Amino acid sequence: MNSMSPSLSRWSRFRDSYLLYSFKRDLIAQLSLVIFILLLAAAVLAPWLAPTNPYDLAQIDLLASELPPFWIEGSDDAYLLGTDAQGRDLLSTILYGARVSLIIGFGAVALQATLGVCFGLLAGYLGGRIDAFLMRLADIQLSFSTLMVAIVVGALVKAIFGGDTFGAYAVPLLVLIIGLAEWPQYARTVRASVLAEKSKEYVDAARVMGLPSRRIMFRHILPNTLSPIFVISTVQVANAIISEAALSFLGLGMPETQPSLGSLIKSGFDYLQSGSWWITLIPGAALVVLVLVINLLGDWLRDVLNPRLYKG
Amino acid sequence: MSVADAASPLLEIRGLEKHFSLSGDFLEQLQFQGGRLVRRQEYVHAINGVDLEIQRGEALCVVGESGCGKSTVARTVMGLLRPSAGEIRYQGQRIDDLSTQALLPYRRRMQMIFQNPYASLNPRMTIQQTLEEPIRLHHPDWNRQAVEEKVQEVMTSVGIASDWGTRYGHEFSGGQRQRIAIARALAVDPEFIVADEPISALDVSIQAQVLNLLMEARHERQLTYLFITHDLAVVEHFGTRVAVMYLGRVCEIADTATLFSRPRHPYTQALMSAIPRLEDDRPQHIRLEGEVPTPVHLPAGCVFHGRCAHADERCRREIPSLIATDDGSRVACHAVEEGRLD
Repeated sequence: MNSMSPSLSRWSRFRDSYLLYSFKRDLIAQLSLVIFILLLAAAVLAPWLAPTNPYDLAQIDLLASELPPFWIEGSDDAYLLGTDAQGRDLLSTILYGARVSLIIGFGAVALQATLGVCFGLLAGYLGGRIDAFLMRLADIQLSFSTLMVAIVVGALVKAIFGGDTFGAYAVPLLVLIIGLAEWPQYARTVRASVLAEKSKEYVDAARVMGLPSRRIMFRHILPNTLSPIFVISTVQVANAIISEAALSFLGLGMPETQPSLGSLIKSGFDYLQSGSWWITLIPGAALVVLVLVINLLGDWLRDVLNPRLYKG
Repeated sequence: MSVADAASPLLEIRGLEKHFSLSGDFLEQLQFQGGRLVRRQEYVHAINGVDLEIQRGEALCVVGESGCGKSTVARTVMGLLRPSAGEIRYQGQRIDDLSTQALLPYRRRMQMIFQNPYASLNPRMTIQQTLEEPIRLHHPDWNRQAVEEKVQEVMTSVGIASDWGTRYGHEFSGGQRQRIAIARALAVDPEFIVADEPISALDVSIQAQVLNLLMEARHERQLTYLFITHDLAVVEHFGTRVAVMYLGRVCEIADTATLFSRPRHPYTQALMSAIPRLEDDRPQHIRLEGEVPTPVHLPAGCVFHGRCAHADERCRREIPSLIATDDGSRVACHAVEEGRLD
C-alpha cells in the first residue's frame, strides 16, 4: 500500500480498491449483479412495468385462465407468459410476487441483523454471564428449525385471528417470524469477530481513554466486524426468500390474493398434472434465478473479504 | 531512604496480585476424582504480591523476562485488568476498585502507550478522528476550533505533519504509528504515562527516535513514566529507577546507576552479566541452571530458589520481602539480608 500518496476522496478510494478490482475480473459476479439489479428493478417498478394489476379483481378474466406462454400453441398475445388458474397474467403476478418476496427477504434480514449484531456485540464484548445467557439462548433458538417455528407461529396466528386477518398482516408477520428465527446466525458470527477484535490493542487504547462500553462496541469494534456481516447478509437474504417461499408453499405464507413467488408456485402445483406446468415452473425458475444470483454474489463477496485470501 | 521517598508517591502499588483462571467456566471445573465429583480450579499466578511506589517526575523501568508479569502490572495499573488482591493508589486515592465512570477523571491524568503500533490504532479511523476522540471525551465543553488546535499541537510535538490527519493508520510505518499512538496519549495532557514495551516492536533504527521522543516529552511536560521493557540498554538510557521482576515478584528496586554498578540480587546479577559488553574485564557470564518454573504451580519460599546458587533451607521455606540495603536499593533476598552474599 502506498503510504505517501495524498489523501484520497471516498470515490477514488473505492476506484482503487481491491473490491472493484476483483469485481472487474470476475465474470460470474458481474453477470449475477446485472441479473440481480434487473430483477430488483423489475420488482420495484412492478406497478409501472406489469401489463395488468393482479391485485385488482376487476382486471381478472376467468375465461382467460390457464392460457399457455407465447411460444406454445393457443396462447394469447396479451398474456406473454400465459395466465394462472384464476386468469391472472403470469408475468404481472411474477413481478408483483418477486416484489413481495424481496420485501420479506430484506425486511427479515434487517430484523435478524439488528438483533443479531446487538446480541453478538453484547455477548462478545461483555462476556461472562451475559455471554453465556445469550449464547445458550441462541443454541435453543437454533435447535428449532426456522421452518418449524414459522409453521407453529403461523398456524397459531391463523387459527386465533382467522385467515383474513392473517392475510392482511402476512408481510409484517412473515418478516417477524423469519427475522426472529434466524438472529443466532448473526449473533454467533458477530460474537466470534468481536472476540478476535477485542484482544487487539486499539480496544485497550479506547478503554484506557475512558470511553463508555457502548461507544467502544459500536464505534470501534462494529466497523471492524462489518465484512463477515456483509457476507452472511447476502446468504441470509437468499435464505429468507427461500423460507418465505417454503412457508407460502405450505399455505402459511402469503395468501392467494397477494401472492409471493412461493404462493404462486403452490397455486400452480395443483394444475401441474393437468398440463398447465407453466403456472408452477415459470415462477419457480424466477425464484431459482433470484436466489442463485444472490448466493453467487455472496460467494464472491466472501472470497473478496476473506482476510486469509486478501489482507487489507 | 532518599529524600524523594519521603514525599508521597504519585502512584502506589501495595500487595498486588493477579491470577488468571485456567479452568474455564463452572461446568468445565467439575471433574470425577476417585468416584466423587469435585470442583477443580487452576490459576496462572501472573503477579504475586508486587509493591511499588512511583515518585512524581521519575521514570521507573520494570524489567524481567517474558512471562514475569511486567505487562500484567502495567495493565492492572491502567485498570484494564482487575487485581485479584492488593490495591493501587493514585495520589493517595484508591483507584483499582472504581467504576468506569468514577475512573474518568484519572483517565485524563494517566495514559498508556502500547507495544504493537500495528494493532493499537483503529484501522477504520483517520488519524484526525483517533486524536480528536480522547480530547472530545475529556473536554466536552471545548468547541471545534479548540479541539483542532489541540490536535495540531500534539501532532507537532511528536513530529508528525499536520496533513497526515486525513489518512488511516495502515498508511504509515511502525515508527510513524507509534508517534501517533504517543500523540493520542499526550492529547489529554496526562501527568503519568504507562508505556508497555513501546519500542520493542519497532526497527532498531527507529527505536532511538521514539525513545528520544518519549524523553523529550518527559522533560517538556514533566511526565512520570512507568516503563515496561526487557531491554537493559533502554533501561540504562531512559530509567531513573529500575524494578527487576521474576515470576510475578519484584526482586530488586534501585536507582539505575546503583543497579548497573552493583546488582545485589542473584537474579539481577545473572541478568546484568548477560548484557553483551565491549570491554572484556567483566566477571564471567553467570549461567542459570534450569528453566523458569511455571506460574501455575509456584515454588514455595523464594520464587528464585530453584535456580539460585546461594539458596539454603530458609529460601525454600520463606518468601523474602524487599529489604533496604546500605546503598539505597531494596532487595528481596535472604542471602543478601543475612550477609551471606556481598
